[in-house]
Amino acid sequence: MSGAKALGRRLLPQCVALAAILILIWFNFPGFFAIEMQNGRLYGSLIDVMNRGAPVALLAVGMTLVIATRGIDLSVGAVMAICGAVAAASSVRGDPLAVTLVMSLGIGLLCGLWNGVLVAILNIQPIVATLVLMVAGRGIAQLITEGAILTFNDPGLIFIGSGSLFGLPMPVVLWLVFGIAVALIIRRTALGLLIEATGVNRRAATLSGIQAPAFLIMAYVLSGLCAALAGLIVTADIRGADANNAGLWLELDAILAVVVGGNSLLGGRFSIIASLIGAMIIQAVNTGILLSGFPPEFNLIIKAAIIVLILLIQSPRLSHLAAFVRPAGPAAPAQGKSVAGGASAGDARDIKKLERTAS
Amino acid sequence: MPASAVLSATGIVKTFPGARALDGVDFELRRGEVHALLGENGAGKSTLIKCLTGAYRRDGGRVELDGAPIDPRDPLDAQKLGIGTVYQEVNLLPNLSVAENLYLGRQPRRFGFVAPREMNRRARALLSAYEMDIDVTAALSSYSVAVQQVIAIARAVDLSGKVLILDEPTASLDAQEVRMLFRIVRDLQARGLGIVFITHFFEQVYAISNRITVLRNGRLVGTRETESLPRKDLVTMMLGHELHAAEQAGETKAESSGPVRYAFHGLGKAGRVKPFDLEIRQGEVVGMAGLLGSGRTETAELLFGVETADSGTAECEGRRLSLSSPRAAIAQGFGFCPEDRKVDGIIGDLSVRENIALALQARRGWMRPLSRKEQDALADRYIKALDIRTTDREKPIRLLSGGNQQKAILARWLATNPDFLILDEPTRGIDVGAHAEIIRLIESLCAQGMSLLVISSELDELVAYSSRVIVLRDREHVAELVGGDVSTENIVEAIAGQERRRAS
Repeated sequence: MSGAKALGRRLLPQCVALAAILILIWFNFPGFFAIEMQNGRLYGSLIDVMNRGAPVALLAVGMTLVIATRGIDLSVGAVMAICGAVAAASSVRGDPLAVTLVMSLGIGLLCGLWNGVLVAILNIQPIVATLVLMVAGRGIAQLITEGAILTFNDPGLIFIGSGSLFGLPMPVVLWLVFGIAVALIIRRTALGLLIEATGVNRRAATLSGIQAPAFLIMAYVLSGLCAALAGLIVTADIRGADANNAGLWLELDAILAVVVGGNSLLGGRFSIIASLIGAMIIQAVNTGILLSGFPPEFNLIIKAAIIVLILLIQSPRLSHLAAFVRPAGPAAPAQGKSVAGGASAGDARDIKKLERTAS
Repeated sequence: MPASAVLSATGIVKTFPGARALDGVDFELRRGEVHALLGENGAGKSTLIKCLTGAYRRDGGRVELDGAPIDPRDPLDAQKLGIGTVYQEVNLLPNLSVAENLYLGRQPRRFGFVAPREMNRRARALLSAYEMDIDVTAALSSYSVAVQQVIAIARAVDLSGKVLILDEPTASLDAQEVRMLFRIVRDLQARGLGIVFITHFFEQVYAISNRITVLRNGRLVGTRETESLPRKDLVTMMLGHELHAAEQAGETKAESSGPVRYAFHGLGKAGRVKPFDLEIRQGEVVGMAGLLGSGRTETAELLFGVETADSGTAECEGRRLSLSSPRAAIAQGFGFCPEDRKVDGIIGDLSVRENIALALQARRGWMRPLSRKEQDALADRYIKALDIRTTDREKPIRLLSGGNQQKAILARWLATNPDFLILDEPTRGIDVGAHAEIIRLIESLCAQGMSLLVISSELDELVAYSSRVIVLRDREHVAELVGGDVSTENIVEAIAGQERRRAS
């Protein structure tokens, strides 16, 4: 009821942005929405967007929780490389698939635990704490692959990257199921509230009896697990572990997905679904630029421009301005919530102004 | 007194979504007067100030400075026009020197570079007008809040020079510092500045102000000469109704005879508070008095496990308690409303509902969530029971006024149904109405058999509801007043007695 309505309102800007980008691509590339069934599997550009976007979508799930605790996890790209390398090495050694998967995911959890302990117990700033593993991680991955690209032939492992289930590519099934499962668990238990409270005001949360360190560690561990899954997908897709390039810069895409999803880097309120849509927006932009046949050297610039535009549309300051431009007429009651949001943004601005004046 | 108005505002209107914060308010400030601006929290004092200083744009009305209409776009603009503001929390940069703070953004320059010697010289000259002889090259943070406040005033007056707005400048000062501040305020008054003074302390209003303007629910109640306005009338103006209950209720308080529920022996922590013994009975309010920094808050933090004691034991009805963390203390049925509710209490971005449900949810653990329905019911019950004024329970708590935030935090603990509640300055910085309600609440909780430890600087208040009062000084529990001995004079004597002994 009111909860669903609130969720709808929360997701509206992301959905509109995604739809606008898809339609824009469709103008340039009329076959974009075509989907066809071949050999019991769906094919088409849209499916491709969801498939290619799988690693970032998975990373975004964990990153959303970490950012909600007012942290950040820069190590996820490197953890992807480690877990991919572990899986490849294990497969090459001839371990059964189950062992390979458990080892790979287990290493991901351990990496997350390491980050979580640094942040929650040793109180190291998240950006520094996770930088350690970001730098060291690729070294560890290279040690595991011994500097080469480790290739493997285990059909089970390969299935994770290029198989299909229920007509959908396996990576798509993975991120959809995993993302929605995590979102449901978070919202059906009290985890969401307790993590948000910790992110907004850790001291007050602790004084209310919340075990803040436990929830911080949990967020980083989940982020590690997400990175392991993403690493498995990337590795299985190319049937080999590339310690240098697997997941390279993906931590930044994941952070971007969370931000495009409308989550504040200052922690607190979060929505995993919005981050997933954010990940799809980023992938749609990537695919769209590719399909539209722009010279490749423009790609990054166009991507940046589109993202700036999306962030601008979401900016509370802009909606505040819009509220000014639009005379407070009959539209006002329907807009109540968003205008209230604008007012609070105004408060923040006022505080900034006051600080400026005083200094 | 010259009767010419330096600043006059007529018919100020400010509307927020869902609420009219100011409704046609008039305000007039004369040259060389101290004008107290009073009202309950949420009455519109801050909004009026913000409209005058340009922090908010007003939606209607006129503001004139020296007879010319003005419309400041932001506080910087207002400052240029001559309106300076100093806030309760000093808004300067603690890591910079005093001189740098005074001249930040307008440092005297030589060949395009900052000239530190010239800046320090000017800073000394500026502060000497305030009879402050301090090292202007030292970091601002090395001085007390009172001195920092004076520096903030000096900066504001130097920058603006016609109107000075002091927003609760005395909230964190002790009596001597308040006297120093008042000397400076009188000095500025004599120089012809118009000074707006916002405070919750009646004593100070009567000590310093010439006129009083009272706001209630965003409307002007009236402006009066301070001399001809008895306190009782002032309270009536602020509340709109007579207040008696809170004043009288505690007079007949007998010594509590319930069984001892909690016994703390030799609890202490080096550098924070010396080992103390404390017994708390069932259905008893124990008051805790002392100057700022005397170890009151430190005692509360030891009891609640915020700090771990390095000596002593805690027992509940003969059973040993472990107070290693707030969580452990909560598991024993403790609750703690901290002194600094903005930093330690509220979770600003979360809704009133979530803030109320938080401690109960934390105790139940994340696996056993309170359903949305249960949370709604909980929030509605306490919003009604404690009269928390909010447009709805989903409003972020940071948008509530101080008194209502305090009530929400109280609700957070009451929801956990605690046996022992520690309140650190529960009535600080909140308006008279909420004040009386919180005192009534303390009394009714006690009557229901809850044990309470209340820390307060307001001695009248402590006397009203405490069956015993512990007096602290220099991080040590120095006296315990019981039953008939509990009186304001005795508390003051207990604090001062120690002082006299020291002096001799």
